[in-house]
Formats: sequence, structure tokens, C-alpha cells
Amino acid sequence: MLARSSFRNSKRFFGTRMVPKQTQLFIGGEWVNSANGDTFETINPYTEEPITSVQRASVEDVDRAVDAARNAFDHGPWRRMSGTERGDLLFKLAELIKKNGEELAHLEALDNGKPITLAKIVDVSNSYLTYKYYAGFANKFVGDTISAPGDFHAYTRKEPVGVAAQIIPWNVPMLMQAWKLAPALAAGCTVVMKTAEQTPLSALRVGELIKEAGFPDGVVNILSGFGEDAGAHLVRHPGVDKVAFTGSTEVGLDIMRNSSTSGLKRVTLELGGKSPFIICEDANIEESIQQANFSLFFNSGQVCIAASRLFVHEKIYDEFAEKSAKLASKAVLGNGLDPNTTQGPQISKEQQNKIWGYIQKGKQEGASCLTGGEEYEGKGFFVKPTVFADVQDDMTIAKEEIFGPVMQILKFSDYEDVIKRANNTDYGLGAGVITNDIGRAFHLTNGLRAGTVFVNCYDIFDPTLPFGGYKNSGLGRENGLEGLENYLETKTVIMSRPEGSLP
Amino acid sequence: MLGKTFMQKTTRSFGSRAVPKQTQLFIDGQWCNSVKGGTFETIDPFTEEPITQVQRASREDVDKAVLAARIAFDHGPWRRMSATDRGNLLYRLGELVEKNAEELAYLEALDNGKPVSVAKAADLPLTWNTYKYYGGWANKITGDTIPAPGNFHAYTRREPVGVAAQIIPWNFPLLMQAWKLGPALAAGCTVVMKTAEQTPLSALKIAELIKEAGFPDGVVNILSGFGEDAGAYLSTHSDVDKVAFTGSTAVGLQIMRNSSLGGLKRVTLELGGKSANIICEDADVDMAVQQSHLGLFFNQGQCCIAGSRLFVHDKIYDEFAEKSAKFASEAKLGDSQDAATTQGPQVSKEQQDTVWGYIEKGKKEGATLLAGGEKYDGKGYFVKPTVFADVQDDMTIAKEEIFGPVMQIMKFSDYDDVIDRANRSEYGLGAGVVTKDIGRAFHLTNGLRAGTVYVNCYDVFDPTLPFGGYKNSGIGRENGPQGLDNYLETKTVIMSRPDGSLP
Repeated sequence: MLARSSFRNSKRFFGTRMVPKQTQLFIGGEWVNSANGDTFETINPYTEEPITSVQRASVEDVDRAVDAARNAFDHGPWRRMSGTERGDLLFKLAELIKKNGEELAHLEALDNGKPITLAKIVDVSNSYLTYKYYAGFANKFVGDTISAPGDFHAYTRKEPVGVAAQIIPWNVPMLMQAWKLAPALAAGCTVVMKTAEQTPLSALRVGELIKEAGFPDGVVNILSGFGEDAGAHLVRHPGVDKVAFTGSTEVGLDIMRNSSTSGLKRVTLELGGKSPFIICEDANIEESIQQANFSLFFNSGQVCIAASRLFVHEKIYDEFAEKSAKLASKAVLGNGLDPNTTQGPQISKEQQNKIWGYIQKGKQEGASCLTGGEEYEGKGFFVKPTVFADVQDDMTIAKEEIFGPVMQILKFSDYEDVIKRANNTDYGLGAGVITNDIGRAFHLTNGLRAGTVFVNCYDIFDPTLPFGGYKNSGLGRENGLEGLENYLETKTVIMSRPEGSLP
Repeated sequence: MLGKTFMQKTTRSFGSRAVPKQTQLFIDGQWCNSVKGGTFETIDPFTEEPITQVQRASREDVDKAVLAARIAFDHGPWRRMSATDRGNLLYRLGELVEKNAEELAYLEALDNGKPVSVAKAADLPLTWNTYKYYGGWANKITGDTIPAPGNFHAYTRREPVGVAAQIIPWNFPLLMQAWKLGPALAAGCTVVMKTAEQTPLSALKIAELIKEAGFPDGVVNILSGFGEDAGAYLSTHSDVDKVAFTGSTAVGLQIMRNSSLGGLKRVTLELGGKSANIICEDADVDMAVQQSHLGLFFNQGQCCIAGSRLFVHDKIYDEFAEKSAKFASEAKLGDSQDAATTQGPQVSKEQQDTVWGYIEKGKKEGATLLAGGEKYDGKGYFVKPTVFADVQDDMTIAKEEIFGPVMQIMKFSDYDDVIDRANRSEYGLGAGVVTKDIGRAFHLTNGLRAGTVYVNCYDVFDPTLPFGGYKNSGIGRENGPQGLDNYLETKTVIMSRPDGSLP
């Protein structure tokens, strides 16, 4: 790609911006333009300027890609490769990602706005670990032989489900791509992936690495494009067996309704959240402040599992609220490429406006604004870190997902009651608990209806740990063995064996 | 099973034999001489000359090594490493083995006598794939959370069992080392390994790679030495938690009896075999001749699972016996370093004599000699490939493990009877079936009391496939997730949780 010296320049002088090379669609192992020649711009959220134009997948391109994936699955060499061989390709991909980590982190920070230090430690590193984890699983998922009654040799086989349509979001682009591609490929599926229109770039670079690693043509196809045309067409396509989507609850419910328009598809969804974080009376306040700050403001608040409802025990409430506000105000807003930045811009003007709308609602509905709360002046889609206290359960900011750096602090005194209040939501993605009391830890953990519960920590992600939501936060789990099962179909085989043969 | 690498002609003239570099003991990450200063020679079975002297481990060295492994387990960084990190070290080792495959194959062929072309095509790929396979398992070992009755949070943890004493044989030195180290290290154990006195060299090169890969000191310790002193002492050492042995049934039974002298040890054993290979009436005779030839003569007949009792249906018996003898006599005996060699020498004079003794018994007891049967004239511990027909079940050569290139062909006509005859053995390691008939396949497969049953194939080995014996052929299974179980201890944890918390 770009010579190494240019990258060093970008690190030191963060005004320099490299132009990404890969902007086309990746279909059938080839880089191609869109069928109708359409392109779109991807914006740098710091400068508000376009980074580059990329090809925009049309409905015809989706058809082409699904055909390629279908063909690769039904007739290509992929289906006849052993799990060990598939795993070896995933290892190669992981190593290539590690090798190209600097460049990938740079691309991610450029396109998404996030601090490059985080992109390196979190996004690139976790992607590498995810591909490596599933590489190891490819030759380890097994069926069972079963002692069924009667003269039968009975067993289950785990087979790949087929062509998977995968739609990923813009908040953690590379990692979301890894969470989807890795298990699908380990299972032996082929993939058509549509990336988020806000962040097409890093996925295309990974597409180049996929080709370099040696995956057969058509096994992975990557389309840059928009949800309303390409995405919608993809999830309804009759050539697709499986749909996996990460994004807003609204679009997820839409996909759920529309996916079966042309045949029954297996659907898994990772949607929004309004996760409660319960800070108990015995919590160490200094540690809790840090945890709570991290759990909400990480990635500029653009995390599905963000702890956006802080339930703080009345005994420590005042001190907690004051200190949280103080810590939040210390954020250093700036260019993602600048290593001093702790909070980057939001992804787009649209998001910035939306979050600002919530901040205004918060003020209107009577929450106490302890810090932030003024519109950001200057270039870049920034939102100043904002902390609201005295938030009531029925306020808009306590109910709706803001997806921005806006913290809500609510008060509680009774543990049974706080479990009820925490569960009183359509969401159920995550929850947090801070306490040293072992009994209280189990009481809360077992009572909270959420897919991941963190105790005395938050935002611990690893390919070994299953992740997903209760209720409207989603369907199914990603990561761990569960993540693999999303891409497998079980075939039960019952063979008659002769009378007289032993059971 | 045979690796993808085709048999390469060696450019090295087989007259040159490089002297291996590493001859010391590997204890606590250091190379050292034996405490008592003893050494022993390892002999080249082709030239009958010593290759080099290696250090001979005495009881004092065993004490040193066990202490190092104990401290590494109890206090070292190994116990606190994440499973992912352990897995990464194993991957690294797998990569290093692959990188150094030429040298390792050469060493293996030199020390053991097997053709270097086979070492390159089979032993080496299987070895690195085993390390890679278990590298992938490390962070996938899970316990369960359990819905026990009562107010409890109950779960199992799988913990490494501790210090493992591992004693490996001379027939597949590198591979046997990998089958033992792979799962033990993936599980988090530390290891003291005693190699076979006939073949100490390749394991020492692996120790260099283990150090290069970055395993902490003391995690793997490798001792060259003899069973009667070092091996016996190691397997009864009070600081050893687990003993894993591959070798003869006689020694295995002894280890079983003595292992608890210094405290209760978990013992797994891979011992001898006298595996039945049943060629049915509908078999394609030419295919069956190939299958059974591989099944017996592979590795100079020095394979625990060798198909050494060929039960051939009377309808095809004569054709089969004649073709088998012809095929066997086509073997090219020679120097392992010569690419044209298909059969190398036996590993030692002792083995050559033992095998010869069985050939004489076979002739004496009245079996019909169809091929071979004369003593080999010339340098090298060769035994000419020998085929006996009209073998009766009660002959010595039909009952005892020969471990050499001597084939026994026996006749049968009834399928239920042949199952009984096949099972009438103290052994139960493997079995083979050649038939196209699906019902017959299940009838025989389900009836045969053997740890691995091959149908229309033989000697298919892979780290994914559990391997081990019924009856006197062993206890436990290696490979697959079962291989891990040998090195894990289950801890059940039951935590009380408060009344009122949900189950």
C-alpha cells in the first residue's frame, strides 16, 4: 500500500492524511466498480471533509455478490476443504492483520474518528484475537453419536448453514467485521458483507488481506453501500440462508419482519441497549467513578452496551455525582490521529445532532446538568462530555438509547427495587454491578435480565466470551462456541444397521 | 494422513551424516550435563555405528527436573498466564516445527531409521499440526455452570492437574512427543519428559524450539535416559501428579502397579496391540492388499496399531495371500536418507533379534512362509518383509506383538465367528474392516472391541481423532478434546447465594 515512511509521517504530524487505496467492491475475489457506476463519499468526522469516494453497491451488485457466494458454497473448493485447512486460512488472516496493524488502526481512526491509540489496542488487537480464536475452532466443532433405541447407527453432523448475509455497523468497524467473518468462515459458510456507509474503508483493506491469505474466490464478498437499498435487498435475497445484523433496534426489527419475504432465513441480531450499572453502597467511590466513566464514554459513547443508566446508592450519591462530572470534564477532545486525544468526534453530523437533541430534552425534562450540555463550537462532529444527575426513570434520556457521551445518574436505595427498575426496559444487552458483598453480587447478577453482566468491571470483550441481548437488544450470541453455532445447521443421520449387530 | 508435501529427493548424499548439536539434558530452561556425568550412545540403525553421545539422566537429574516442573507449576508465571497466551506459545512452537522441518526429519530418520521421505511427508506435518491443534484448544476449555437445587451458585472449573511425567517411545519420537506435550501444555500443566534411549535426538531439538518459542523455564523438561533407572524413578516420584506412558504392555502394567508408590497418580497408558484387520468377501482384492500392506508394514512394522492379524474371507483367501506376498517382497530396504528406500532398518539390534525370533517361531509352529523369512545379510538392523499364511489362532505369531515387518494371514468364513476371534485377544487397540457392504460394516464395527476401527482405510492419524486402547492396549485416549481431559482436574464450586436471589 503506501510506503512505510508515509505512515511514520502520519504518526508524527497528524495533519497528514493518507488516501486509502482500496475503494472498490470485492466480489468473487475481484475488485470491481458498482454496476451502475455509483459512488459515495466517506467523511472524516474530525475535518468534516470527504476522505475519498468509494463504490456504492447497487441492487445488481448485491445479486452478483450473492451469486458468487452461492457458487463458491455449492461448487467451489471451499466446501470440500477440511476444518483444519479453513482454520489455517483464518490463522494466516490473523497474522496479516497483526502485520498490517498500524495501517489498519490509522484507517479506522481516520474513518471513524476514534483515538488511534484505542484503535490499536482495542480494535486491531481484538480483531486479530478473534480471527485466531475461530481459526482454532474450525477443526473442533463436533456432532454426537447417539444411542437411539432400535437397530440404528445414529449421529448428528454439523454442517455450514450456507450463504450468510452480514451487515455491520460503524462504531467498531473492524472488530464487528471480525466477529461476523471469523465464525462464519470457521463453520464453512460463504459471506456477503455490507459495511456501514459511514465507515467503509478498513473492511476493504481487510478484503485485500483475505485475498492475500488465500481464501478461494467468492468465499468472502464485501460491499460498501447503504442500508435502504443494498442492505434491504441483501437480507431479502432468496440466495441467502442466514442473516446476521448488528445495528439499531429499529432496523433490526425491520430485518426480522422482512427477511422471510423470500424464504425462511436464520436471523441473528445484535441491537441497541440502555444498560444499567448498579453502584452499591459499599462500592469504592474512586474506582466506581473510573469504571462508570469508562463504561459510558468509551468510544465517544458509541457502544451498544454503554452503561447509560447509572443507579447509584443514595448513601454515596452526592459524592459520586460530583466526582463523575469532574472526571468527565477532563476529556481531551481532538483528532483521532493525535495520540493525546481521549475522545474523538461522533461519527457524523446526523449523530451529533441527534445526541444534541437528547441533551436538550434532558435539560427540558428537568435533569440536573452537572457538566457539558453546551453545543460544541468548532470543526468536527464533537459532543462535549455531558453528565446529568437527578435523572428520573420516566425521562427520555433514561429510556432511549442516546449513543453518545451523555451520562445519566439515577438514585436508588432498595436492592429489590433497583433490579426491577433496571429490568424495566425493552432492552437487555448488558448490566454492571459494583459491590464487594458476595451475596449482593449474586442477588443482582441473577436478577438482571441482560446478556452480559459485569461485576466490578465493564466492557471486557474477548472472543471467548459470548455476547448478545435479551429482549429487544437482540437474538442469539456472538463469540465463544455459541458464535459458531449461528453458522451451523444440524443434520441428524439415522442409518439402519443389521439385526444382530451390537448397539 | 500423509502430508501434502510430495516425497522430495534428497540432494544430500546419504553418506554424509551431520552430527546433531544438542546432546544435553534440558532442565528448567537450561542445558546441562547429568549430575553423575553419565552419557550413552545413540546408534544409527543403518550403519550400526554410534551417532553421538548424549547425557544420561540419573535419579538426581529426575529430582532436579521434577523440582523445576513443580516450582514452575506452583510459583512460576505459567500458572497465571491466560489460556490464550498458553495457546499462542503452542502455535509458535507449531510454526517453529514447520520452519525447522527439514532438519527435524533428517534427525528423526537418522536416529530411528525410518525413511526421511516418510518423516517429511507424515511425521513432521502430523507433529506441527498437533501443536497447532492444541494451541487452538487452550482458550476453549470450559467448565459448566450447573442448576443445582438450593440457593447455590454452582459451577465446575477445569484446572491443570499439575506436574506430568511423560515417557515416550522410539517408533514415532517427534509425534509421540507432540501427542503428549500438546494437550499437557494446552491444559496448563508442566512436564518432565523422558525420551526413549534408542531415539533421544529429535526431542532435544524440539526443546531448543520450546525455548525459542518463549515457554517459561521449567514448564518443559526433557531427559534422555533409560527406563530402568530414570523412567521407573520418574513414574513413581512423589512430586509427580500425572503419568502418561506410551510403550510396551509389559512396562505399562509395571508402571500401573508402581505408580502409586509415591502417592496416587492419574495414569494413562498407550500400550501394545495385535490388531485384527478383517478382509470381507466383497472386498476389492487389490485395494485390500494395499490397505493391509500399509496397515502392517508401515514404519517397518513398528506401529502399536499394526494390523498384525489379517482375517481374510476364504472366498478371496488364495488370491489375497499370493498378491500380498508379492507386494511385500517389492519393498526397497535401504538407508533412510536415500529417497528410494521404502523400508528402513528396525530401530536396534535387540528389536531385530526379537523380530527374528518370532519369524523362527512362525516357521517352527507350522505357518506357511510366502515371502521373506531369511535372515538379512549385511549392515543395518534390517528384517526382510515376511508374510506367513495359514496362520492358526493359537500360534505364537498370532497372539504376541511382533513389532516388525511380519504379516500373519488367517482364514475365516463366518462373520460372527470372526468378530469373536478378533476379540479373543488381551489387546484392543485397533481393528480394520474392508467391505463395501454397509450392513456388514456396522455389524463388524460395533462388534469389535478396539479403540480405533478403520473401515476401508488404515493408519489414519490426526490430532482431531481420539486414539487409545481397550483392555491391555491401554487406558485413556490421546488426541481430540479427550486428550485434554488427561491433564485436567475438575473442581466443583458451590457458593451459597442469598435467599431471595433467583435460581
